[in-house]
Amino acid sequence: MSKHTLSVLVEDKPGVLARIAGLFSRRGFNIESLAVGPTEQADVSRMTIVVNVADSPLEQVTKQLNKLVEVIKIVELDQPASVVRELLLVKVRADAESRGQVLEIVQLFKAKVVDVATDALTIQITGNQGKIEDFLRIVEPFGLREIVQSGVVAIGRGGRSIGDRTVKPVPVPVPAPPATA
Amino acid sequence: MSEQVTGAQSLVRALECAGVTDLFGIPGGAILPAYDPLYDSTQVRHILVRHEQGAGHAAQGYAVATGRTGVCIATSGPGATNLVTPIADAYMDSVPMVAITGQVPSASIGTDAFQEADIRGITMPITKHNFLVTDPAEIPRRVAEAFHIASTGRPGPVLVDIAKDALQAQTTFDWPTELELPGYRPVTRPHAKQVREAAKLMLEARRPVLYVGGGVIRARASAELLALAQLTGIPVVTTLMARGAFPDSHPQHLGMPGMHGTVAAVAGLQRSDLIISLGARFDDRVTGNLDSFAPHARVIHADIDPAEIGKNRAVDVPIVGDCREVIGDLVATLRLEHDKGESGDYEAWAEFLTGVKQKYPLGYDEPADGSLAPQYVIQRLGQIAGPEAIYCSGVGQHQMWATHFVQYENPNTWINSGGAGTMGFAVPAAMGAKVGRPDATVWAIDGDGCFQMTNQELATCTIEGIPIKVAIINNESLGMVRQWQTLFYNERYSNTDLQSKRVPDFVKLAEAYGAVGLSCDSPGDVDSTIRKAMEIDDVPVVVDFRVHRDAMVWPMVAAGTSNDDIKFARDLAPEFEEDDL
Repeated sequence: MSKHTLSVLVEDKPGVLARIAGLFSRRGFNIESLAVGPTEQADVSRMTIVVNVADSPLEQVTKQLNKLVEVIKIVELDQPASVVRELLLVKVRADAESRGQVLEIVQLFKAKVVDVATDALTIQITGNQGKIEDFLRIVEPFGLREIVQSGVVAIGRGGRSIGDRTVKPVPVPVPAPPATA
Repeated sequence: MSEQVTGAQSLVRALECAGVTDLFGIPGGAILPAYDPLYDSTQVRHILVRHEQGAGHAAQGYAVATGRTGVCIATSGPGATNLVTPIADAYMDSVPMVAITGQVPSASIGTDAFQEADIRGITMPITKHNFLVTDPAEIPRRVAEAFHIASTGRPGPVLVDIAKDALQAQTTFDWPTELELPGYRPVTRPHAKQVREAAKLMLEARRPVLYVGGGVIRARASAELLALAQLTGIPVVTTLMARGAFPDSHPQHLGMPGMHGTVAAVAGLQRSDLIISLGARFDDRVTGNLDSFAPHARVIHADIDPAEIGKNRAVDVPIVGDCREVIGDLVATLRLEHDKGESGDYEAWAEFLTGVKQKYPLGYDEPADGSLAPQYVIQRLGQIAGPEAIYCSGVGQHQMWATHFVQYENPNTWINSGGAGTMGFAVPAAMGAKVGRPDATVWAIDGDGCFQMTNQELATCTIEGIPIKVAIINNESLGMVRQWQTLFYNERYSNTDLQSKRVPDFVKLAEAYGAVGLSCDSPGDVDSTIRKAMEIDDVPVVVDFRVHRDAMVWPMVAAGTSNDDIKFARDLAPEFEEDDL
């Protein structure tokens, strides 16, 4: 078992998320993380899906995904050749006494305070999974009041786009209706 | 110039433009607007069934018999959910089918309105694709897409759910000339390098087998397959879904492999050194225990669906493509090799399998009490009706006997529920097949259990003038389950006794439906009864063949065990003399 990050370009149609999530669950795969958003092309959405599977079932799930009519392209993004980010918002207990220490950690991690209350700081941090785990481990002793985390998003390094050469629609001719119609 | 029409008129026009001539369905509230213009269509014949499940299976039978896309139509909610079984069935067996359903008005969607069901959500896992249409302008394009998706690539069911208000609204009708489906590009042309690799393995092999699946029938590749088999001399097995793809009378044909396969077909795969899989999917009913399946075989796997390749069995040469093109290319490549003097040496292997086939032919024991053997009935039926007839079956013992004891010579003449195993498939499927092929004799070979699930369609057959013939193989049991209880549950027959020789009276039931009811319970009357049924061609005929209840399906590989442990009769395993082959 190993972690794989898939970038999936899909047509932006209603129900496409349910279709993809349903496919993973009925074929027995667990989605570890999923993020969806618009892309540089209108009508095309991009999903970043992280799954924890061995290589051969991954091939099977990729092939099954490819069979979905609304799935345009699937690319697996390898770790060193891609940038992987997630976003965390966390409320850390911080009163007048501890606030300074928490702020110091925020600075070290290049995180950002987005809200201040008398007894807590809300902190935003982006990074890969390792950085976010490290950050949480260090602020944890102060008291974590609430955590919310986005799915992973990932993009390949270099100048090329995974959307290249893919989304040009290939028109399919429709057979002419029978003469009687 | 686009035409001003209602959404409902647009739907009927779209179906006409898609070439639909027959559809099976039942009206109801949400689909009602569509039935008004349908009433006027001179091109589309609507066949009013008695249950939506019947409409779905009829569309399947129609599709398999004709090779064209079958169409069924139902209303929202329960109308649509009654289509779920046939849709799942069509998905498993790759049957091209379009299902049209009415949906509650778009403003009511999501409110638990009367007869509302999220049929698009429900059918997502069992359709090749599905649509919910709320904009009437989209209707023609979605219908065109549905027919294109259902019938190309690996065929399958597509559902188009249309909100009632979209059917009622005014819109324009434009039949599209082009479709844009950026995510749908099935590969039909096989890669030349893969074909060359495959040909090379075929020439090197000493014990190859052509493992033929339903894809060969869907691809209309029987002629190409015959050419390949005759060019190479390689033995052939045809799966349950491929019966008829290769003539049963051909000497290279070993029969059907799998759990109830012939000894020769099972041994052929099991001992092969090369399996050439053509449009088959290494289903568990074929392979038995996968770990011990054909342990010495390399595998060439050709399929139009890349996801099937390597799904169950590791593959040496994958070929993605339409079976007709793949087999055609293989023939061309191998012919060039033959011209250069390169051909495979399979003589010893073919001889060994011919010996196995002769030593372990399909057979059955006549009941000692003089009662009727179900296998005899089916064998005689096949011989009298002949290979040009179409045979449909339900699921269970009678299905296995019908696949073995009828001799199939032509594709699209054997119609059954293979992957899903849907009891009750036969009668409505036969109805659909007869609508599609009115010139052909269509027999439903059904069990007494199966028949009681869908026999209401006899009313449709009588009223619509669809004279199918039904042979009920009445062993007054859920026979296959009973067989397992005999073999694996110490003959404890829990809830498999249907008492169908007592209730219902099938002859009276047939007559009540306006069909001819016949009955037969002795071997001496079988031929005359079948001939009598063959002579009736204006109304449906139902024959109650009252057979011996303890007959079992053999050969058999018990579930989960190795194909090496095949038994050709109870407690009798074949002995191969040439164990080293």
